[in-house]
Amino acid sequence: MTAGRRIPWQRALLYLVLVGFAAFYLMPVYVLVVTSLKSFAEVNLYRMWDLPHSFSLESFKKALLGGFGFTGLAHNFVNSFYVAIPATLASAFLGSLNGYVLSKWRFRGSNTLFTLLLFGMFIPYQSILIPLVQTLMRLGLYGSIPGLILAHTVYGIPITTLIFRNYYATVPKELVEAARIDGAGVLGVYTRIMLPVSMPGFVVVMIWQFTSIWNDFLFAVTIAQNPAVQPVTVALNNLAGSYIVEWNVQMAGSLMAALPTLLVYIFLGRYFMRGLLAGSLKG
Amino acid sequence: MRRRWLKGERLITLLLLLPSVIAVAVFVYGFIGWTGYVSMSNWNQLLPDYTFVGLRNFFKLFAHPRFQIDLRNLAVFTALFLTGSLAIGFLLAVLLDRKVRGEGFFRTIYLYPMSLSFIVTGVVWRWLMNPGSPQMGSTGINLLLEKLGLGFLKSGWYTDPRVGIKAVAVAAIWQMSGYVMAMYLAGLRGIPEELREAARVDGASEWQVYRYVILPLLRPITLGAIIILGHISLKIYDLIVAMTGPGIGFSTDVPAYFMWETTFHANRFAQGAAIAVILLLMVSLLIVPYLIFSVRREAEV
Repeated sequence: MTAGRRIPWQRALLYLVLVGFAAFYLMPVYVLVVTSLKSFAEVNLYRMWDLPHSFSLESFKKALLGGFGFTGLAHNFVNSFYVAIPATLASAFLGSLNGYVLSKWRFRGSNTLFTLLLFGMFIPYQSILIPLVQTLMRLGLYGSIPGLILAHTVYGIPITTLIFRNYYATVPKELVEAARIDGAGVLGVYTRIMLPVSMPGFVVVMIWQFTSIWNDFLFAVTIAQNPAVQPVTVALNNLAGSYIVEWNVQMAGSLMAALPTLLVYIFLGRYFMRGLLAGSLKG
Repeated sequence: MRRRWLKGERLITLLLLLPSVIAVAVFVYGFIGWTGYVSMSNWNQLLPDYTFVGLRNFFKLFAHPRFQIDLRNLAVFTALFLTGSLAIGFLLAVLLDRKVRGEGFFRTIYLYPMSLSFIVTGVVWRWLMNPGSPQMGSTGINLLLEKLGLGFLKSGWYTDPRVGIKAVAVAAIWQMSGYVMAMYLAGLRGIPEELREAARVDGASEWQVYRYVILPLLRPITLGAIIILGHISLKIYDLIVAMTGPGIGFSTDVPAYFMWETTFHANRFAQGAAIAVILLLMVSLLIVPYLIFSVRREAEV
């Protein structure tokens, strides 16, 4: 009814504004794609909005494999996966255990404990960076991928706990009680009742963790400075900061660094959204 | 018999929590304490020196011209980033809520920047906001503005110290406003149509419906968005690194950037720790009341 009553020009204006904003959000991607498809000969800052005349994948190849004066990003992609996959799995698993206990086995002080855990999600990591480096050095993990995995796992616990706690809260109490009457203990309820229905929760948590670990820069640049173990965000920042590297190669590198999380977002957007909204404590 | 059984179960639940509790106790609270201790030490060279010097590092810091600029920049950035993201996010949510054809399509486009790293955003926006030169001509956004006949909007962006951090805020708004849109849209969908209808029947104009019915109902979402964006804003670091660095006359510098540089480049660990403590205090002022309020309210339900 509201839609039918509306005057046509108002409707047109509405779409005009929506399309205008869409153009604003897409503008950087347009430049990324168009520039990375140009060959070195064609790259020109003063023609950056023009479409490429020919189709060239040269810049992608260079960004991956390197060229004069710089190494490619190929092994940094591998590093990022080495860090993101184990840290995602480990923090998701721990979050699932915590979420289970904190939603189904509440005890006196469990809400306080939960609040204390959640605080870890918001702290500026600068406030733990110096002790983290010192500790990792002492453990022999500084400058290594396992060190980075450890950091991401630990600092991932608050958000994964939050998402799982809210998710498990939706599992009916009756299911848990029924299993208890059948003689299931704490672990039995977890493996027989909770885990089988946990899939959507795991998807949300893993997407969230993978995205934030892949995109992390602060831990990576602090813990993994060594080129051999650098994740892609650090390597990309170095690549883009270098005056030797051509502009189209920088754009191709950025596009590729963005691709894994972008694909996750495009294909699993629904779950991505849920993680986002969970981040605001709403579940 | 039953009591002991219960006790055993209680023990198991605590054992399940134990690894995480220990990890967070050490890596969050222990480390924060450690940083606090460093901030009051004399450790301003490569090798640790834990001689206690009280609040000296903090006094020095607040007298430091760079830190004063940083705090001002952070205030400007936060104000712009929050108002910009909230305004654009709310506008887009309201527009998308008007039974738009292709809503999913628009929503996907508005939200995708959220999935990118600040490094990618920074690298792209550095090129977009590269102003070009008067001799050679405009580049990036300036060039686009010229082509659209909006040449009067051209700017030196981050290369102009008077703009500085405001240019970075534009990129941050680009990245995060879609998130606010998603939050508001979820909120709008939760408001029953009958409420709006009732207001309309009472003779409220469309504007009044939003002003007096919708906005008050969305207040918890606005609060949530302010908390989330606020803490991101206070911690902003990656975007600065990739986009501008500290800038001319520190015009794009922020405390988080200063902290990293002074700690890990200049080995002034105590000074870095002091900045970190101040950052933590600022974030805590924002987060702690909200956290306690949220968990408590939920417990009451």
